[in-house]
Amino acid sequence: MHPALEAETLYIQHFRRRDEARPLDYYLKQMDGYTALAKALKMAPDQIIDEVKKSNLRGRGGAGFPTGMKWGFIPKQSPKPKYVVCNADESEPGTFKDRDIMRYTPHLLLEGMAIAGHAIGAKVGYIYIRGEYTREAKLLDQAIDEAYAKGYLGQKILGTDFSFDITVHRGAGAYICGEETALLNSLEGKRGEPRVKPPFPAQAGAFAGPTVVNNVETLADVPFIINKGGEWFSRLGKVERSGGTRLISVSGHVKKPGVYELPAGAVTIRELVYDICGGILGDKKLKAVIPGGSSAPVLTADEIDVVYDIEPLMKIGTMMGSAALMVVSEDYCMVKLIKRITKFYAHESCGQCTPCREGCKWMEDVLHRIEDGHGREQDLALLLDIADNINGKTLCALGDAAAGPVSSFVRKFKADFEAHIRGKKCPNA
Amino acid sequence: MAKILSQKFYDQMKKLEPRYPNKVALLLPALHQAQEESGWLPPEVMEEIGEYIGIHPAQVREVASFYTMYNLKPVGKYHLKVCTNVACCLRGADEIVEHLEKKWNIRCGETTADRKFTLMEEECLGACGTAPAMMLNDDYHENLDIPAIEKIVAGLA
Ligand SMILES: Cc1cc2nc3c(=O)[nH]c(=O)nc-3n(C[C@H](O)[C@H](O)[C@H](O)COP(=O)(O)O)c2cc1C
Ligand code: FES
Repeated sequence: MHPALEAETLYIQHFRRRDEARPLDYYLKQMDGYTALAKALKMAPDQIIDEVKKSNLRGRGGAGFPTGMKWGFIPKQSPKPKYVVCNADESEPGTFKDRDIMRYTPHLLLEGMAIAGHAIGAKVGYIYIRGEYTREAKLLDQAIDEAYAKGYLGQKILGTDFSFDITVHRGAGAYICGEETALLNSLEGKRGEPRVKPPFPAQAGAFAGPTVVNNVETLADVPFIINKGGEWFSRLGKVERSGGTRLISVSGHVKKPGVYELPAGAVTIRELVYDICGGILGDKKLKAVIPGGSSAPVLTADEIDVVYDIEPLMKIGTMMGSAALMVVSEDYCMVKLIKRITKFYAHESCGQCTPCREGCKWMEDVLHRIEDGHGREQDLALLLDIADNINGKTLCALGDAAAGPVSSFVRKFKADFEAHIRGKKCPNA
Repeated sequence: MAKILSQKFYDQMKKLEPRYPNKVALLLPALHQAQEESGWLPPEVMEEIGEYIGIHPAQVREVASFYTMYNLKPVGKYHLKVCTNVACCLRGADEIVEHLEKKWNIRCGETTADRKFTLMEEECLGACGTAPAMMLNDDYHENLDIPAIEKIVAGLA
C-alpha cells in the first residue's frame, strides 16, 4: 500500500459506510457534530477568519483561492444583507466528489456554512446545487430539517444571538452556473450569465449584498479547522501554502476509478495512477492525463512525475482545478477526445462574449473535420490561432477553459492530428 | 384565466417565498415544480408562473430556455439522458447511445412515435467514477453497458 494512503483522512472513512440514513445521529456520535459551531460562536468573527487563514485552506472549486483571504474581503458593515453561498454545481467534467459529501456527511457542509455566516456576519445561506442531483438535494433538505429541529440552524442557534437559515436552490442544467457570478444570477432567477467584474461578489454578490461563494468541500473543511486549529489543518498538507487533504476524483482508463482522499501534495500523478488507482485498465500503456477537470491542459505520459497539487501543476502549464484526474490509455483517439471536450464548451458557452461564442464553435467545427478525415494541413495553426484569440479575452474563465485544452492537445499530440489529416481518416478506425 | 397549476404548486411557493428577498428568485424553483406536475413547460404554464411572480411571460421564457433541464416541448414517458462527456466516452458511452438509437430508430434529441422514450445526449452528470452514466427521468443509473441498459429498458412499462 502506498504510504500516502495511511495518512490521516477527514472524509473517506465516513463515505465508505455508504449510508445515507439519519446523518445527524452519525454526525453527532462519530464526528463531533456541531461542536465546531459551538466553539466558533464563542470566538470573534476575526478570530475565525484568522484561523482559516492559518489553515492554508485553498478553494476546492477550481481556482484554489485562499479561503481566509476571501472571507476577509467581506466588509464589516453593510447596508445590504450579506450571504454565504455554497457552490454545489459540481459541473466541471470529471468531478464527482462533492456528491459524496452531500450524500454521506451533509451536516459538515451545513455546519461549515453556519460558521462562515458567523465569520462574515451573514444570516442567510444558499446551497446552489446542480439540477441533476435530485437525490442529493433531497438528502440536503432532510439534513437541514434535522438541523432546524435540533436548533443548529434557525433562530438563536445554541442559545446565542446568532441566527442562520439555509435554503437549497436547484440549478437546471447549465455548466456555466458553476462560475460564481453566473451562479448568483441563476440564484436570483435570471439566465446564468457571468457578470462583469468588478464588483466582485464580496462587494455586491447575491441580491447585491456582500457574498462569499465557496465550494462544498471548502465549506465542509471548516468545522475541522475550527475544532482542531488552523495550524493542524495546514500541517496535513505536504507542500507549502496548501493545507488539508484533497478529495480527488479519478476516472477514465484506470483499474480503480473513484473518489480518493490524500494529504494535499502527497503524491505525484504517477503514484496516483499506478500505486493508488491500480494502474491502467487492461495493463495498457498510458497516453495522457487531464489533471484538473476537462478545463485543464492535457499532460503526456512523460509529464506525470509532477506532484499533484496546485502550484506544481501550475508551474508546468496546467492546473489542479477541481482535482479531477482523467486517465487516457494508448489506444484512445486524442482527436476524438478533444473534439468531444470542445463540443462541450461550444454547447455551454453562454454566448455573451464573441470570442468564446464564435471561437468555441469554430474550433469544434475544425476538430470535427479533422476527425472525419477532411482536415487540412493549415488547420493546426488555425486551431492555435483561434484558441489564442479566446484566451484571456472573455468575461469569465470558460473561454480559457476551452482554449487551454485545444492548444495543449494540438501542441502535445501533433502527430495524432497529422495522421488524421494525411491519412484522411482516424488511424485507429 | 383558469389556473392550470395545482394547489400544491402554490403551497410550495408560499413556503419558499420567505426564503428569498424577492419573488423573482422563485423562478427556477417554480419552473421545476411546474415541470414536475406537467412533464414539460407549455406556454400557458409559463404565463401562469409569470403572473404569479409578477414578471412578463417573455421573461419566464427567456430564463427557462437558458437551462437544458426545462423541457420546452413534451418529452416521452421515459426520458433517458446518456452522458457522453469525457469519462463516459472513455468507458464506452458512444456505443450505448448508438445502441438505443438503432433500437428505437430515433436520433438523440428525439422521442419515439408512441411517446414512450425520449433519448438525449447529456453533459457530465458528476458520476464519472462509475461511468458510463445516464439519468432515467430523475434517477441515476451508473456502470452501464449494453446488457445493463437492455435490462433497464426492458423493465419500463
Ligand atoms: C466555467 C466555470 C465553471 C465552474 N464550475 C464550478 C463548479 O461546478 N463548482 C465549483 O465549486 N466551482 C466552480 N467554478 C469556480 C467558481 O467560479 C468559484 O471560483 C468557486 O465556487 C469558489 O469557491 P472556492 O474558493 O471554495 O473554490 C467554476 C468556474 C468557472 C469559470
Ligand atoms: S463524464 Fe459522464 S458522468 Fe462525468
